[in-house]
This record gives sequence, structure tokens and C-alpha cells, in this order.
Amino acid sequence: MGRKLLLEHAHVPGINTYEVYRKHGGYRSVEKALKSMTPDEVVEEVKKSGLRGRGGAGFPTGMKWSFLAKPEGVPRYLVCNADESEPGTFKDRYLMEKIPHLLIEGMITSSYALGANTSYIYIRGEYSWIVFILEKAIKEAYAAGWLGKNIMGSGFDFDLYVNPGAGAYICGEETALIESLEGKRGNPRIKPPFPAVKGLWQCPTVVNNVETIAAVVPIVNDGGEEYAKIGIGKSTGTKLISASGNINKPGVYEIELGVSVEDFIYSDEWCGGIKNGKRIKACVPGGSSVPILPHFLITKTAAGENRLMTYESLADGGFATGSMLGSGGFIVYDEDQCIVRNTFNFSRFYHHESCGQCSPCREGTGWMEKVLWRMENGQGKMSDIDLLADIAKKIEGNTICPLGDAAAWPVSAAIRHFREEFEWHVNEPKACMERNYGLVKEPVAAGV
Amino acid sequence: MAKVTIDGFETEVPDGTTILNAARQIGGDIVPPAMCYYSTLKGSGGKCRTCLVKVTKGSEKDPRPMPKLVASCQTTVMDGMEVANITSEEVTKARAGVVEFLLLNHPLDCPICDQAGECSLQDLAFEHGAAGTRYEFDRRTFEKIDIGPYIKLHMTRCILCYRCVFVANQLTDQRVHGIIGRGDHAEISTYIEKAIENDFSGNVIDVCPVGALTDRTFRFKSRVWFLNPMDAHRDCPTCSGKAVVWMYGKEIYRVTARKDQNGEVHDFICNTCRFHTKSPDQWTIEGARQIDRHSVISQGHYSENAQTVR
Repeated sequence: MGRKLLLEHAHVPGINTYEVYRKHGGYRSVEKALKSMTPDEVVEEVKKSGLRGRGGAGFPTGMKWSFLAKPEGVPRYLVCNADESEPGTFKDRYLMEKIPHLLIEGMITSSYALGANTSYIYIRGEYSWIVFILEKAIKEAYAAGWLGKNIMGSGFDFDLYVNPGAGAYICGEETALIESLEGKRGNPRIKPPFPAVKGLWQCPTVVNNVETIAAVVPIVNDGGEEYAKIGIGKSTGTKLISASGNINKPGVYEIELGVSVEDFIYSDEWCGGIKNGKRIKACVPGGSSVPILPHFLITKTAAGENRLMTYESLADGGFATGSMLGSGGFIVYDEDQCIVRNTFNFSRFYHHESCGQCSPCREGTGWMEKVLWRMENGQGKMSDIDLLADIAKKIEGNTICPLGDAAAWPVSAAIRHFREEFEWHVNEPKACMERNYGLVKEPVAAGV
Repeated sequence: MAKVTIDGFETEVPDGTTILNAARQIGGDIVPPAMCYYSTLKGSGGKCRTCLVKVTKGSEKDPRPMPKLVASCQTTVMDGMEVANITSEEVTKARAGVVEFLLLNHPLDCPICDQAGECSLQDLAFEHGAAGTRYEFDRRTFEKIDIGPYIKLHMTRCILCYRCVFVANQLTDQRVHGIIGRGDHAEISTYIEKAIENDFSGNVIDVCPVGALTDRTFRFKSRVWFLNPMDAHRDCPTCSGKAVVWMYGKEIYRVTARKDQNGEVHDFICNTCRFHTKSPDQWTIEGARQIDRHSVISQGHYSENAQTVR
């Protein structure tokens, strides 16, 4: 049984209320930080913990915090990115719904560390009911004296606001989120300047994921070194994984980084194996935008090592034979699923969510969707496969924000690993409408 | 000052200059094309991605190359920076890709488009594009919209460079003009088709790189290459009064602002000059406008003496 740091008390009845949360050790980190630590000491603990951003990119949080510019007389802001819209990821929703006070506690501690007196939780517009949950929790925290002026007599003033978005995936990109928070159209900004220098209202800003901010609580409570003991190498601590797809037990699981992928899929503690006793065909380990892995690369890397649930191990082999941990949206496909259809579905999503600011993403995502639609409906041509790969290549890296990359990666990875299934779609236009292809063949030479 | 080398040409520019502007200082083939950047509009640029270049050496201090292609209109030079534009195959390939993307939903109705002959996209496609398209689907289309009595918006042709939005934001007080929608169905709009009513609204026509915004007083009157552009000025209480009048014989067909060699307007003109001053005796004609000899507009453009004969 792995250790749980975030979801330890998730099943306690009434944990969403202040009294129960406090009884289970809530707000200890705020007490500890405000009474016995300087802001720099908190940052130092986070650095020691090796915590990496849980939103997808996996950038070390302590380093991000230390980049924050601190000019005199200019306010600083912490913004919590709760605009969780990646298909396959639903961990933040679970966390905020079940234990809203954990996020608020993390926000207070983190803001204290960064010297921010006002912070915002930018929440996805579709999570409308969670806005009320958070606002209720914030009200309770104000009443208990954890928010407001001069918290616990420490002289630290702090106000926290919840700001719902209007339903755009792009507003999960940090600069688009800032634009949206300022009340403008949610278009990503051109970087540099980075938010750490000029962010919200042109002031230094840190944008962190919900889970990252929540993880600051156990780090301050138990110390960064204690947190760093969990996990392997540079992947420290625990991670929430949103498991979905053809598995027996879909849901949100907190795992210690370093669990093997095989255990995660087949052990009863987590996913509980593939539904209806089928074979696994493919897996997207980190949310829709990361490359898909075929069945022979899921539990073993190309080099034949066991694949672990860590940032490094999942990325082993680069994009040729690896993927990314991303935001932890673990989607499993059994042998009956159609990869072309799945790729089409992802593409449709990115087409719909492209902000339309820069040309490659605006035009390319729509093009890919149309070509994939044609292929899925038995009207594809053999040249379409190379066309798709070429479009993806021309979008990737040439856009303002990472949405272009996110749209290109799933398509190029699907073609890389499942080309024979795409070819089958072209060659058997009737059959592809009626049945599915099944497993792809494993390449004879390892490492391909 | 920073020393920067672009495709082997060295130049020295003040700190904070962008790569694009440094390249423009050198001039010639090595200037990256720009469809959305406009030096006189603050905040423009970075969107079209046609000006992507490869930074092969970051600076003297940090010689590492930049990992991705960068938008030259947004990236400032560092001392000792080395940039590859047309000498890099990666750049030319990426640019051809961007041109293909820009043309995906563009109608290619040049034969009936008023912008033909002075269209940035036409030039760009001619220089960097492919002969054919690989796109086999319906293009996105929009209804044509009249933005007030002078301006026609043909959204189908728009490449979403946002220049007109910046003009509306920066030259005029009340913003009535913006972008609605998202992705490839985003459109320039004046919300509920409300007319842009201010003295400088006509400048959106000049900054539009394609034929999406055209002059309703000139639409379908003539092709631009049949007209003789002449530098002219008048005393105008609202603007500088410096303009280009496009003449056919003794008649003025249209009035535009003066564009520099990069196709950018520095003195924006008012609507009175542009739409209401079309009689030759209202203008002091200075002489024939210098037009790049590669431009199709220069084909009917004779010397000043020849003008007077006509």
C-alpha cells in the first residue's frame, strides 16, 4: 500500500467542511510556516522536496518560484491553474470537490512563501458546482481567521478569490489564463517576458497547478527532505493519476512515483486489469496530448526495462518509443478500440479549442481533423497518412503556445506506432466501418 | 549596440531591436516576410509565423543555438547573435508550411479581388508557396459584411493578422472592433455589425495584408495596376494630409496612405482625405510615387513626363 499525502483523508465523511478538515490536521502547514519559517525557508523546503509541476510540463516548482522577480513596491501574485480541461485528466476536480480546504491551505502557504497578498484560483467554467464548494470553503477559512488581515498575528495579509473561466481549454495555458483573468480574450501571450517577470496586470506572477499547490502542504508539514524520500530519482513524491478507459476500476488514484506501469494497470489496488479479460492495445499515459504507446511499449521500454510511473521512465526513448507523464491522465485502450477513431477524436478536440491566434495551429488542426474524419469513414487515401505526419510536423514547434505541439504529438505518435492500422483503414474502407483492427504487430527488431 | 549576423551579413543595431528590424536594416532577400507585424502598431506581430528564423548562435556570452525556430518580429537581438533565414533549410521548409496553412482557407479569388497586385499574401505565396494545394475540403466561408458606408469586410479572405484590431484600438478612442469566435472560425467583427464610426476607421483597409477589408468607394472600379499612384498632399485639419492618390487620366479613383518599402504606413490619414476628397483640384500633386519595379503596379507606371502627355 503506497503512502498517500493528498488524498489521505479523502474518504472521511465531511472532510469538505472546515471543522472536520481541521480535526484531521488541516492548516498545520499555515501555522508552521507563518509562525516558525521565513518565506525563503518555505521556498527552500519546496526546492529540497524536488516537487515538479503537476500540470503537465513537470518543471521543478522550487526553481519556478525562485525565478519570480521581486521588484520593490510591485505586488506579486500567485494564480492557481484549476482550468483542468485535458481529455483524460480529472484529478484536480476530484481534489477540489473532496478536500477544498487542502487547496486553500496550499494557497495560503505558497502565497506566504512568494510574498503574494492576493491570489486567484482560476477554475474551469464547466466546473461550476466546484466554484460554490470553493467559495464556501473560503468563507469558512475567513471566518476561522486563516484568510484576511494579519493572519494569526503574523502580519501577513492574504485574500483569495475564485475566478471561473468561460470554458476554453486554451485558458489552461498560463499566459492565456492570465489574459482571461484580466478580463480579456484568452489568447496566449508571446514569451518572453515570462509571467515570473510580467504576468497578471504586468506584475510578477507564478501560475501553478492545483495538485502542485496542494503538494506544498505535506512538504511544509513534514519537510522537503521527507517528501523527496518518496519516489525515484528526480520524480519525487506522490502523483494523482486519473485512470480511465477499458479498465476494471477507473478513478483517481494517488500513487508514489516509481510504481511500475504493469502494477498500476493490473494490480487490484489501482486499475484492476483490463475490463472483460481483454488484452491491452494501447495506452495514453499523461492526458490526450502526450504520445500514445502501443501494447508492446507500455510495460517495458524499448530497451526492455520495466517502465515505471515516473517522469523519466515514461519519457524513456524520447518520442520514438516513449511518452510523457504529463498531467497524469492515464487512458487505457483494449484490443477492440480503434486508434484512428481515437486520434480523430483528439484532433477534433484540438481543432475546437485552438484559439486561432497563430496560423499553423489555427489552420493545421482543422485540416488534420478533416483528413482523419475521411480516413475513419472509409474515404481515406494512402497518401493521407504521410500528409497527416507532415502537417503535424509543420505545426509542432512553430506555434506561440504549446497547444500546437499538443495537437501534433498524438497524431504523429499514432502514425508512428499504428501505421498498419491506418493503412488497413485505407485498404479496407468497408471493414473499417464495421469492425476494428485489433493489436498491431510488434516490430521484430527491438528498439524500432 | 549589438552586433548581429543574418545569413552572413553583419550589422550593428541598438539593443532591443528585433531580428526582423535588424534584417530590414540590411535589406534585400534576407528580410523575413511579415504578414502580421506592423512596426507602427504596438503589440502587433508573432501571430502569422511567416517570419520564423533559426538562431544558430544565441549571443557572444551564451553561444548556444535556440532550440526552436523563433518569430523574428518578436525576438530581440543579442550581441554576437547569428541568425539563419534563407540559408537554413529548416526555416524555408517551415515557412513553406506556414504559407500552405495561410492559403488553406483563403479563397484564391485574386482575379476578382481588389487587393490583387498589392496583396502581401499574393507576394508571399509567389515567393514561398507551392504551385498546388494538398487541401481537398471545403474552405470556410462567411457572408460579406458592410462595416459602415466605406468599408467592406470579406471575412473569407481574412488571415487573422489582428492588424485592423490594433488600428481600431490604437488610433481611435472607442473600440468597436474586435475578434469573436475561436480557432479557424474566429472572425473580425464590429459586434452586431455596428459601423466603425470615427475619423480614422479607413486605415484598417491600408493595414489589411489581404483583401479582407476593402474600400467600398473603390471596389470593382479598377485594377490597381491600371492606375497611376501619385504622391499628393493637402491641408487637412485632422491628419497629416500626406497621401497617395491613384489616378486614371485626370480622375482620382482612390486615396491611400503612403506605405514605406516594407509596406507599412507611418502617417495614417483620415476618412475625409480617403473617401471624400477625390477631385484633383483638392490635392497638390507632388509627382509619381516610387513603386518597386518588381511590383505589378509599376507596369503601367511611366515617368512623370509621360504622365503629362496623357
